Amino acid sequence: MASAIADLESLPAIPRDDDGPLFQAPWEAQAFAMVVALHERGVFTWQRWADALAREIASADGSSKPKGYYEHWLAALEGLLAEVELISFEQREARRSQWEAAAIASPHGEPIRLLDDLKKR
Amino acid sequence: MAVKTCGSIARMSSDHHHHHHHHDSGSHDEPRLCDTELRVRALESLLVEKGLVDPAALDAIIENYETRVGPRNGARVVAKAWTDPQYRQRLLEDATSAIAELGFQGRQGEHTQVVVNDERVHNLVVCTLCSCYPWPTLGLPPTWYKSAPYRARAVSDPRGVLKEFGLRIPDEVEIRVWDSTAEMRYLVLPRRPAGTEDLDEEALAALVTRDAMIGVGIVESPNPPEAARRGQGDGR
Repeated sequence: MASAIADLESLPAIPRDDDGPLFQAPWEAQAFAMVVALHERGVFTWQRWADALAREIASADGSSKPKGYYEHWLAALEGLLAEVELISFEQREARRSQWEAAAIASPHGEPIRLLDDLKKR
Repeated sequence: MAVKTCGSIARMSSDHHHHHHHHDSGSHDEPRLCDTELRVRALESLLVEKGLVDPAALDAIIENYETRVGPRNGARVVAKAWTDPQYRQRLLEDATSAIAELGFQGRQGEHTQVVVNDERVHNLVVCTLCSCYPWPTLGLPPTWYKSAPYRARAVSDPRGVLKEFGLRIPDEVEIRVWDSTAEMRYLVLPRRPAGTEDLDEEALAALVTRDAMIGVGIVESPNPPEAARRGQGDGR
């Protein structure tokens, strides 16, 4: 695989230190990794991603509740995947509800699993 | 259902967060995943299904960063506790503040408790529900920490899990399993290995591994016998 290392410099103000990006929670790293993987796969160019993220951050600028960087990141990814017609809003919402139901249904002390997803995680 | 933010989610009542032996399997109505986590899971599972993303590749990308991000912070905390009795005392009384003294703070206000290994007790940290983890000190959790088998078996068979990590805990040593929550994270203070009396804080910190601070490892003496070193180095 090409070491098409994502060009972090071109992103608006990604939280990072000298060695690379910093994450505050696993989901942030997960969201980060999805973008890197999709880019490596050629689903979108890095420039297109950087633009989508910048747009997302700019559009949220006026909102009353400030969001964390990776909340913008996630919203931008959702938007871009809809834009390239890979995952629609409806698909996302339906799947989100399934996860929510799975989270509620899973007994305390057992990992949350989504039907067929078990083998992959 | 009300949308929860990641910072404020309460997934279990705080009065039994460390009672590993009594997991209720009954209902609990607090959501276990916040809205953001649900969205991330939704996207990821859809992308995996479409063959656009390989979970192993995601893990590899994350692993690439996680090994580097945090564990050194925790190692500094441990080394300081080994060398400075007053700091150790503060750390045991109020770990969140003592850790913040060194400049390590979480963004979401979660608390950290330090649990001490000694000749009678070995502590092991898990998050049975998801992957709560002391970020400020340990960075991102390793992939196995998030895996279903570890999360389930750390509670049901901790000695077996430790054995798989190459750690044999004598029967007379009690194993305590600490189940992390969004509000409470645990950091294991490992035992200081023999033969390190002459080392300074920095040299000590270099010995402290992430695994030792989760409790699936111990801190090895700087000059282990040949056999032990071979066992460590080969991977699996």
